[in-house]
Amino acid sequence: MSSSEDVLLQVNEVRYKKGDGTLYAMNERLAWILEGKDTVSVSHRYADIKTQKISPIGKPKIQLQVVLNDGTSSTFHFVNKQGPEAQMKDRDVVKELLQQQLPRYQAPARPINKELEEKNRLLTQNPSLLQLYKDLVITQVITADEFWAKHAAKFMQKQKAQAQEIGVSGAFLADIKPQTDGCNGLKYNLTPDIIESIFKTYPAVKTKYLEHVPIKLSETDFWTKFFQSHYFHRDRIHAGIKDLFTECAKLDDQELKQDINSGISDPLVDITSFEDTSLAEGYGITPDKPSGSGGNIVHQSMIKRFNQHSIMVLKACQEKESPKTNGPTADGQQTTNGSGSSSDTALKPPEEKRMRLKEKVTYEDLDTASSALTAPPLRLNLSKVEGYLQGSAPQSSYSMETNNSAADPKLRKDEFRKELTLWCSSHCGQGSGSVVKPAAAVSALGELTPGGELMKGFIAESQAQLVPSELQLELRNLYISMCELLRHFYACFPPTTPQLEEKVVKMYEAINRFHASRLTSFEDRVRAEFSPIRHHLTSHLHQLIAAAYRKFDTWKMRHKMFMR
Amino acid sequence: MKLSVDGLIVYFPYDYIYPEQYAYMMELKRGLDAKGHCLLEMPSGTGKTTTLLSLIVAYMIENPFSVVKLIYCSRTVPEIEKVMEELKRLLEYIEKERNIPNTMTGVVLSSRKNLCVHPQVSKERDGKIVDGRCHSLTASYVRERHKTDESVPICTFFDRYDIEGREGTIPPGVYNLDDLKMLGQKMGWCPYFIARQTILHAQIVVYSYHYLLDPKIAEVVSKELSRNAVVVFDEAHNIDNVCIDSMSVKITRRLLDKSSQNLQDLETSVKEMRETDEATLQNEYEKLVEGLRHANEERESDVILANPVLPNEILHEAVPGNIRTAEHFVSFLKRFVEYLKTRLRVQHVVQESSAGFLKDCLEKVCIQRKPLRFCAERLSSMLRTLEIADLTDFSPLTLVTHLATLVSTYTKGFSIIVEPFDDKNPTVSNPILYFSCLDSSIAIKPVFERFQSVIITSGTLSPLDMYPKILDFHPVIMSSFTMTLARPCLLPMIVSKGNDQVAISSRYETREDVAVVRNYGQLLVEVASVVPDGVVCFFTSYLYLESVVASWYDQGVISNLQRHKLLFIETQDAAETSLALLNYIKACDTGRGAVLLSVARGKVSEGVDFDHHLGRAVLMFGIPYVYTQSRILRARLEYLRDQFQIRENDFLTFDAMRHAAQCVGRVLRGKTDYGIMIFADKRFSRSDKRSKIPKWIQEYLSDNLCNLSTEECIQMCKRFLRKMAQPFTQEDQMGVSLLTLEQLENEELMKKTEQKAHAQIG
Repeated sequence: MSSSEDVLLQVNEVRYKKGDGTLYAMNERLAWILEGKDTVSVSHRYADIKTQKISPIGKPKIQLQVVLNDGTSSTFHFVNKQGPEAQMKDRDVVKELLQQQLPRYQAPARPINKELEEKNRLLTQNPSLLQLYKDLVITQVITADEFWAKHAAKFMQKQKAQAQEIGVSGAFLADIKPQTDGCNGLKYNLTPDIIESIFKTYPAVKTKYLEHVPIKLSETDFWTKFFQSHYFHRDRIHAGIKDLFTECAKLDDQELKQDINSGISDPLVDITSFEDTSLAEGYGITPDKPSGSGGNIVHQSMIKRFNQHSIMVLKACQEKESPKTNGPTADGQQTTNGSGSSSDTALKPPEEKRMRLKEKVTYEDLDTASSALTAPPLRLNLSKVEGYLQGSAPQSSYSMETNNSAADPKLRKDEFRKELTLWCSSHCGQGSGSVVKPAAAVSALGELTPGGELMKGFIAESQAQLVPSELQLELRNLYISMCELLRHFYACFPPTTPQLEEKVVKMYEAINRFHASRLTSFEDRVRAEFSPIRHHLTSHLHQLIAAAYRKFDTWKMRHKMFMR
Repeated sequence: MKLSVDGLIVYFPYDYIYPEQYAYMMELKRGLDAKGHCLLEMPSGTGKTTTLLSLIVAYMIENPFSVVKLIYCSRTVPEIEKVMEELKRLLEYIEKERNIPNTMTGVVLSSRKNLCVHPQVSKERDGKIVDGRCHSLTASYVRERHKTDESVPICTFFDRYDIEGREGTIPPGVYNLDDLKMLGQKMGWCPYFIARQTILHAQIVVYSYHYLLDPKIAEVVSKELSRNAVVVFDEAHNIDNVCIDSMSVKITRRLLDKSSQNLQDLETSVKEMRETDEATLQNEYEKLVEGLRHANEERESDVILANPVLPNEILHEAVPGNIRTAEHFVSFLKRFVEYLKTRLRVQHVVQESSAGFLKDCLEKVCIQRKPLRFCAERLSSMLRTLEIADLTDFSPLTLVTHLATLVSTYTKGFSIIVEPFDDKNPTVSNPILYFSCLDSSIAIKPVFERFQSVIITSGTLSPLDMYPKILDFHPVIMSSFTMTLARPCLLPMIVSKGNDQVAISSRYETREDVAVVRNYGQLLVEVASVVPDGVVCFFTSYLYLESVVASWYDQGVISNLQRHKLLFIETQDAAETSLALLNYIKACDTGRGAVLLSVARGKVSEGVDFDHHLGRAVLMFGIPYVYTQSRILRARLEYLRDQFQIRENDFLTFDAMRHAAQCVGRVLRGKTDYGIMIFADKRFSRSDKRSKIPKWIQEYLSDNLCNLSTEECIQMCKRFLRKMAQPFTQEDQMGVSLLTLEQLENEELMKKTEQKAHAQIG
């Protein structure tokens, strides 16, 4: 222990591994000296400490544990003779000091790793990106920096864009599959996603959670109670059991009732007002009210729960949008206008209702005017069918389009439309007969799928079934990597600036490397392990590469000529 | 377009026309020319309403003296509103084409609940309460009292209407519910009574079935409508049930207790009046002696329900002596109510005819037939004399008098059944006396007799020959039209077995079978996984739905389903179901997709359309037979067999199939729409069932689609959906399922389309 360090704090009567001693908090480290000795028995640098933990309130022993970065930990037991309160005070002083000190030592270590961590996170979150990374960087087709700068750019960007709200699956409760653990118990698997879904769908549970969890219950206890509750098993009636969630059920029911009372905005589905008679009960032979006499109450409440669940799931997903689109809120107002005809509001007829009726009543196909609005869909008119089907080098004029004008989407849309009409009109005249009509194509396709006319007695045995799945996966990965490289390769054309030229060469080399290392080894493996007939698996890849090479060669030739 | 139908210029408010619409017009015109009744079936979504309206309106323009009025009856309020919307469009178009200002008036009549603008009364949601409160503010004696005592509340809207609006007529045009309310607000008049007044002179009247078929209401509302009218019953596939319902009554013990309470109230008010206002009672008595049927001058606002029997059955003679005095009548009713109470005190089911009931009544309490016949009228006269403010309080007693009048008027076609308990829980005593009408032709007979043309039409009327039998009329035209389609946009299929080859059926013996229920579940899950957007399922009954859902829950089908789509289920509570429906639509609109489990014969199956993405597939789980153990049904079947020579099974199958067709027809609402219809029951493939499916569905139900397993069905769905996803334009339809004026005028094409669209002419 260097004497240059200042002692910030000294606490006596601290037990460590059954020996009493004194705890010192220094400038850079935490130290403990056994009573009567002068050598330091325990010494942890603050930089090594990951976290500190304290014993919960109410435990007989007042302890403080420091967990080190390497996973080991040391526990100090405060044994002040003046009683637990003094012990607690001692402990808290140490805790506070550590709280101040620790971040100071942890902070500087972070920024260095931050970028790497970020990249690591990106890779783990995007399996496809990871695969690409493996294929391109680890096999040294391109360098890591290049990879991050170009290929992962869109992932990096997405990071900045606001994360999209995750929806709620309708079956999230069903996905918590209870499993028996073999000794009369049930195990429920909860993931953060499911918890999130539960909170979103059942806000009442969330408030309960916030009320109870840190203070009164531990998280596991809370969820255990949730699964045991009457609320979760509402269809199975345990009469009279009161638990944490009884209130939630009531709240949900109230909300549903409120929705019912607020009225149905759409007159076409409001069943309650379908009937146009107001005869007293007793007329007619149909039973007035089924009154649930014959039904099973358990089943009925279960059905009600399903409805409620679906409604709440829908609500959970729409809550965020509702302020923007004035849909549901406007609906609510409309109903009050429609039914409650208090003096002035009833003077204007509910427009929405009219629109809805009109929409139901008009037959759009009987009218010329309305059908003109929906312009006939544009048909794909191809001059070179092979090019479309097999993918060839794009025409240079189209590769001009880079994403520099992405700033104004509306402008771009207009431009795009203009271009499309131009393109259409220029191509429409020629070769319109070269393509099969979509309807005919689909019917042919239909006949060729299992169950179709032409497939009678045919045992579905396709390439997909002949090639083992792991091979398929590998092939797919190859394609992904290949396409990524090609995309960048073609994006350079026409190379107008020296940088682009440089990049073309670079990409060309990368493709070359890819061809040599990955593709060839894959082919060798396939040939060795599977029958040689499978050679055509990669033929298309070869075509793609050959096309790229040709492109590069022609460009190079021209380039040389130009240079001369 | 302006087209000529057999020489009649018809203004059709669209640029094109479907061939079947043209064929429909031809038939309809023939029927109108012959001044006879028609029975016409045309698929839903082919513009039936607009076809009917444009032809009949054109006919009225051309022959203003032979047809002066069109009475259009539909079933639900939304349907009625849709008709008004189409009428608006048509009249606007005619005005534009003819260049003459419109002189026609079209008006809708609905219950007070839908028309009231009174600031407080209109807030009420329950139709009965609205009626009652309206009556208590508008009855003639209430207004009389108001004249002397300002504190007696009256409805200012009615008052102003009574003073200013009664003489004038509203300007020509089309008035839907909102227009009437707006007019009422503007003028300060009561919209309901404007409508009541206007239907008398309007050329086109749109209202619900009850206003014409239910004698209690028809007598009040439709009595003075012109005879030279064309009556249209749209969505008429259930018309026989409406007829039967309007003549039937059921009495429970609770109701009798309430009637006793009513009688006590009556007794005290009679006593009070005897002390304070003897003259009025005496006056009523004198008038009754003189044989005036109505002791009081009737005002339209005074009557809510008229005599429950048909006009030609009402006796035009003086009220018998023993019930003329108020006190006598009250004690007479007391005896009758006590007699009914004894009838309800039974341990076993009793079934008897009206005659038997009357005989028993005479023996036990010495009540004769004749005074019973006057019960309903005598009570309403007394309630008026006593100036009872809220008539709804007396509805139990009114019901009892209606029973008395009905049972003593009709001896044939009716039956009395007393059930001491519900079949489903025989331990709970819940006696009910049913007075049920067995013959649907009774209620509709005066309509057929009175109006020159009655048109019964719907999307699903097959088999057509059943209706003339059960309604007892002779149509001059009977036709079924199919749908001409440019692409096969419907795919009906009969799935008879699951993947495990177990036959699926909702037969009573197998419906609870685990394998059947599982196969149904599997079918639904598979369909939900391949069909986009909305999927609707119909079960045969609510109980079955409940039990199937419960076992699906245990089998994990529900969770599988929820993985694909959101799940909504019809419940017995209408408000809850409406909310579920609203959310179902929302789920479909947002692209999440949803499954709706519903019940055949339920409210959803009768009144809600699932057009376009709201219903891409519909599944009918089982054949929706009516609950055959019901004694009322048994009695009706017996009657049908004896009177009309209709075999029990024929009728049951007919009834089940029309409901099944109604259910599956919900998904297809036009030619641009497309949908899959799956009949999931082995029995559907039998020829007696299959032949009763409407022609337009049968046409596409080829033999190879009649005995599929779940897997095969899914393959078919996939193929079909892929085809339907292709762009479909107007040009594709043109000339095949859509005609221009030129094409229509082309003679040859016309003949061809007629052949095509025609299935049969009776």
